[in-house]
Amino acid sequence: MDRFRMIFQYFQSNSESVMNGICGLLALASVKMYTCFDFSCPCLPWYNMAYGLGIMFVPPIALFLCGLILNRQSLVMLEEWRRPQGHRKKDLAVIRYMCSSIMQRAMVAPVIWIVVTLLDGKCLICAFSSSVDPKKFVGFANASLEQVQQLLAKVPCKEDELMRNNTSRKAVSRYLRCWSQALGWSILLLFIAAAFLARWLRPCFNQATLLQARHWSNYIDIEQKIFEETCCEHSRLFAHKCILHFFESMWQEIKLQSFSLPREEEGVEREEDLLRGIRHQDQVNKLLKMWYYEKPPL
Amino acid sequence: MDKFRMIFQFLQSNQESFMNGICGIMALASAQMYSAFDFNCPCLPRYNLVYGLGILLVPPFILFLLGFVLNNNISMLAEEWRRPQGQRGKDRAVLRYMFCSMAQRAMIAPVVWVSVTLLDGKCITCAFCTSVPVEILGNTSHPSLSQGEMKQVLARIPCKEIYDGQELIANEVAIRYLRCISQALGWCFVLLMTTLAFLVRALRPCFTQAAFLKSRYWSHYIDIERKLFDETCAEHARSFAKVCIQQFFEGMSTDLAAARCHPPRKAPADAGEATEKLLGITDQGTMNMALKSWHRCKPPLHLHPPALPSGNGWAGEGQPPVHPPLPRRETAAYYSRV
Repeated sequence: MDRFRMIFQYFQSNSESVMNGICGLLALASVKMYTCFDFSCPCLPWYNMAYGLGIMFVPPIALFLCGLILNRQSLVMLEEWRRPQGHRKKDLAVIRYMCSSIMQRAMVAPVIWIVVTLLDGKCLICAFSSSVDPKKFVGFANASLEQVQQLLAKVPCKEDELMRNNTSRKAVSRYLRCWSQALGWSILLLFIAAAFLARWLRPCFNQATLLQARHWSNYIDIEQKIFEETCCEHSRLFAHKCILHFFESMWQEIKLQSFSLPREEEGVEREEDLLRGIRHQDQVNKLLKMWYYEKPPL
Repeated sequence: MDKFRMIFQFLQSNQESFMNGICGIMALASAQMYSAFDFNCPCLPRYNLVYGLGILLVPPFILFLLGFVLNNNISMLAEEWRRPQGQRGKDRAVLRYMFCSMAQRAMIAPVVWVSVTLLDGKCITCAFCTSVPVEILGNTSHPSLSQGEMKQVLARIPCKEIYDGQELIANEVAIRYLRCISQALGWCFVLLMTTLAFLVRALRPCFTQAAFLKSRYWSHYIDIERKLFDETCAEHARSFAKVCIQQFFEGMSTDLAAARCHPPRKAPADAGEATEKLLGITDQGTMNMALKSWHRCKPPLHLHPPALPSGNGWAGEGQPPVHPPLPRRETAAYYSRV
């Protein structure tokens, strides 16, 4: 009984920490991926915007989906949502609670990617360098429209021969980076404030419902784990009985073939029990062949 | 038995995490292999395409097959697929479940390779450098070259040291363009794969949950049954070997005693455990004979019926034989039937 209680407590405490751990790992992986990624702006008029915004928004979607896939609770929630009602009623509040906790955890890595991208600035510089007002910058004010577009598109590429020593390029770059970082910090502040308010104000609304929903969502999770555990245990016992039965039936067959009376003795050695009457090489070979060609019925 | 049960539970509960661990290791190995690989674009018109696409597509195929090879369950799947029906029906759904779960795990390393390759950009740059749109990116003032010559020049784009078409199209411009396309493809591929994985996982509970639970249970059952059978056979083999060797030593000692015309030495009633374990062999000569016999002439794989726990130590006296007993002298000839 003690052992079961310890297992229960282990599952209970560890489900949340496992999910938080996965969340943290995914966030770290997101930062690592960004630093490893070799950002190279194409520096061509329409491609810049597509590339810059693509790098800013496509990986977060992939990270969000990864967060949902890696979270075991999302499967549990889907199963609970789709199961037939049967004898047990469905509580939508529990499903909503599980959904919201899964979404919150899955959102962490994408938000981190977007914030890191904005604080670094390369994406925004690449995407919006063609959209700045050329009149604000001395080097671009006097060129024709087409030329200006081409030149502005090349701003993110420091090594380009046209841009190498252009001071206006640095001005545009600084301007866009400033906007990018301001946006990044604002988004970070917004999310942290939202998280703070959500945690702080939650006890003011529906605390009882929340406690119930949390309890029952933990219950569903643990119930599923224990069901899987029990199925494993059951299949192990089933297999054990099946194999013993198979050996016994071989033993009976051997006894019948030898036309001898079964001996019931006290104090037969343990080794004889384990041998189960199979004492010849041929008998062993026959047993192994029977096992392959004619497995016993389940 | 308790110890075995704990080990089995550990293996069972950990088999999933063990397989996931192997999966993760292969994915990391795949990324590491790519970074260690020294990519060398040939910079010749047709070779570029073959080399680039080959590096993009051949290693993932190898990694996929390796994923199957490293998975222990492949032999279990093959065994279950090929076994004769006998008294137990075969369930195709179980086979499909086992195959699908193995294939999903084996797909991870190839997907990582393809993503890393596309995001790095070298392969696509090498493969498609001859297809760069020169009209859009190139310098319009350059005199036109023939198709063949143009391809020759463009093929050298990935090799900066030997590129001689700077007037035609700037090297950096072309490389940036190709790398942008490659990275866009890479991220789209990553998004596609994660969407597919998400759909596969999310749609299963909506449609086939009961069938899934059944297949999962029976595939675990087949695995456990195989392990337990191996375990039982190992136990049996151990007991078989123990009894065979005991009978060999007993046979040796009684034969030698008979050859010297001594009566068989009876174990005294108050003999200690150590004396019993000596199995009647108590001098150097006998031991040497036993060792030589064991090497030259191993006993047949045929155990004699067990001795009754009677007072005297001589086996084979006064008991009904279970099997047609072979006379002792024949077994003393020690022919090996292995």
